[in-house]
Amino acid sequence: MIDNIRDFLQVYVENWSNWGPQIYAAVGVTIQLTVASFSMAIVLGLLLALGKMSRFPLLRAFCVAYVEVARGIPVLAILFLLYFGLVPLGIVFDAFTASVIGLGLSAAGYIAEVLRAGIQAIHKGQREAALAVGMTPMMTFRYIILPQAFRIILPPLLNMLIILLKDTSICSLISTEELMLRAKDLAMMSFLPMHLFLLAGVIYFLLAWPLSIATRHLEKVMQRGRRQTFGI
Amino acid sequence: MGAVTTIGITLASFSGAIILGLALALIRLLGLRLINVLISGYVEILRNTPVLAQLFIIYFSLPSLGIMIDPVPAAIIGLSLNGGAVLSEVFRSGLNAIHHGQREAALAVGMTPWMNLRYIILPQTWRITLPPLGNYAIALLKDTAVVSAIAAPEIMFWARNLVTSTFQTTFVYILAAILYFCLSFPLARLVERFERRQSAWL
Amino acid sequence: MSNPLLQVEGLHKNFGALKVLKGINMTMHRGHKTAIIGPSGCGKSTMLRCINYMEVPTEGHIYLDGELFGERKINDSYKIMSDKELAAQRAHIGMVFQGFYLWPHLNARDNVAIGPMRVKDLSRANATELAEAMLDKVHMSHKFEEYPERLSGGQQQRVAIARALAQQPKLMLFDEPTSALDPELIGEVLNVIQELAEEGRSMVLVTHEINFAREVADHVIFLHDGVIVEQGPPSEVLDNPQHERLISFLRQIGS
Repeated sequence: MIDNIRDFLQVYVENWSNWGPQIYAAVGVTIQLTVASFSMAIVLGLLLALGKMSRFPLLRAFCVAYVEVARGIPVLAILFLLYFGLVPLGIVFDAFTASVIGLGLSAAGYIAEVLRAGIQAIHKGQREAALAVGMTPMMTFRYIILPQAFRIILPPLLNMLIILLKDTSICSLISTEELMLRAKDLAMMSFLPMHLFLLAGVIYFLLAWPLSIATRHLEKVMQRGRRQTFGI
Repeated sequence: MGAVTTIGITLASFSGAIILGLALALIRLLGLRLINVLISGYVEILRNTPVLAQLFIIYFSLPSLGIMIDPVPAAIIGLSLNGGAVLSEVFRSGLNAIHHGQREAALAVGMTPWMNLRYIILPQTWRITLPPLGNYAIALLKDTAVVSAIAAPEIMFWARNLVTSTFQTTFVYILAAILYFCLSFPLARLVERFERRQSAWL
Repeated sequence: MSNPLLQVEGLHKNFGALKVLKGINMTMHRGHKTAIIGPSGCGKSTMLRCINYMEVPTEGHIYLDGELFGERKINDSYKIMSDKELAAQRAHIGMVFQGFYLWPHLNARDNVAIGPMRVKDLSRANATELAEAMLDKVHMSHKFEEYPERLSGGQQQRVAIARALAQQPKLMLFDEPTSALDPELIGEVLNVIQELAEEGRSMVLVTHEINFAREVADHVIFLHDGVIVEQGPPSEVLDNPQHERLISFLRQIGS
């Protein structure tokens, strides 16, 4: 049994000079994908959240529809549409760009809801008090709403980051040069699928797990932290 | 056509995930340290790695150990294992949410722990966990798209085939997206209604 | 100085199909204190909130110190002010809410200071000085650095009053300031309001505390079903009510 494990690990040692650099590069792409799509999703999500709460019914309707659709369609379907489906219309994205856009569009739907919920969690009375003191709506948002909403939305946002990290693996299916694709290619070439997919799994785990722990810790801190005084 | 497979895989995996998740959550209640550590480890690993990686490990790697497996069963097993990990957390928080005072009251009335579980705890847990379960079902439905990567004949798989034969790329993929949406939207509405009834009940 | 401080002209307010205020006219001079009383749902809070345009009147006009409030007159028509203009005007009216609505992420001092700092562009040092002076006025100096969640209801409301005072407002509006308080905490807030009244501050006070109104107000308005049914000095309205609705209201309250 121990011998089996030792043989198993020996394979890694033998192949590391070949696999190492490639895996390393692929992980870099994975991280870039994650960060890029997360940034895009936050910006887009914020716009959607504000749109959902705006005074204009048409804008509101559009944002509501967007969020519903983005949450109801698999990421893979969006990626295929962007990478393959737009070509006949003359729009050609390279794999990386299509991945960032696809992941971003999808995540924005979820993030919009997180942001909206966080903002609306602040009791209406606090907004009124701010207006009564002479603050404009924008000042109210900046000094009263945002500081409080920020603490509420941080854990779910971090969670979204973890999900995006995992979803970058799906981008392999539109031939984006990230970790999953590299693992598959190497697995095919070397006939060692178990080793490579296990390696990929371990790497994903090492990237995601610290984030998970941080998120859980943050959630606990939020619970323990200041209760809100709602007034009546 | 692919839709049937999609729905089938979703239902099968959902059932599998619920059974596994519930079992894990209940086993944790027994309070055996070693087993709990193992279960925690299992859950952490499965929740922090991509579903695709898990599916690849099962589908491509098992044959090298001599186990041959078809795409659809592999998909169901993979998704069930993953789902079991996710749902065990859902059930765990659901079970913990029931005030332990109720357990004490049940024992005081003369019920056995098993009766307490069956008549007091589970019925209430069921109601609390319904919304997260619903949300998981929607996520599961969307995850089935990924199993096309291991050649399971579901929606995405058929879409690709259609594209290669008809060259109607844009149309086909839009259709696929619409199909998924039609399947998930009613679920989403249902979950919303449950959540609303939740807050009314609480 | 013979200009009235506050003038309410032909105030109507509808919420959709529901007519809450059906024609209110009111005048108040500087240094005077007006109390508004009436049964629940009669529109007293709505009337108060229209004064500083927290609710936009359906019809009618508000004048603060002779100037039109909340709207601009362009030739013969009226147009609601922009957010910025409205905010600048609201800075002249201090409002104290039934639910206090202190901001939980700021301590007492910052709750009071942030208005002057951000709205009136005071430096942090000056704003803090002002805040401490105002908190001192409401006898809350010992709690400068406390966060709202650690203050009792009465203490929170007093901080809220300090917050309104820091605006150095021309007019103070109180919307049932003690209705949300436990009975033993009501006194400390009423005392503060009385001190402010004795200083000569102009205030409009919506309240259920009839005895307090009798002590503090020089003019009492009885509102019923969206109209002013009776008004006058407390000695008339409260001690010698004429209208039967007012009589039964006072009897119900037990006064």
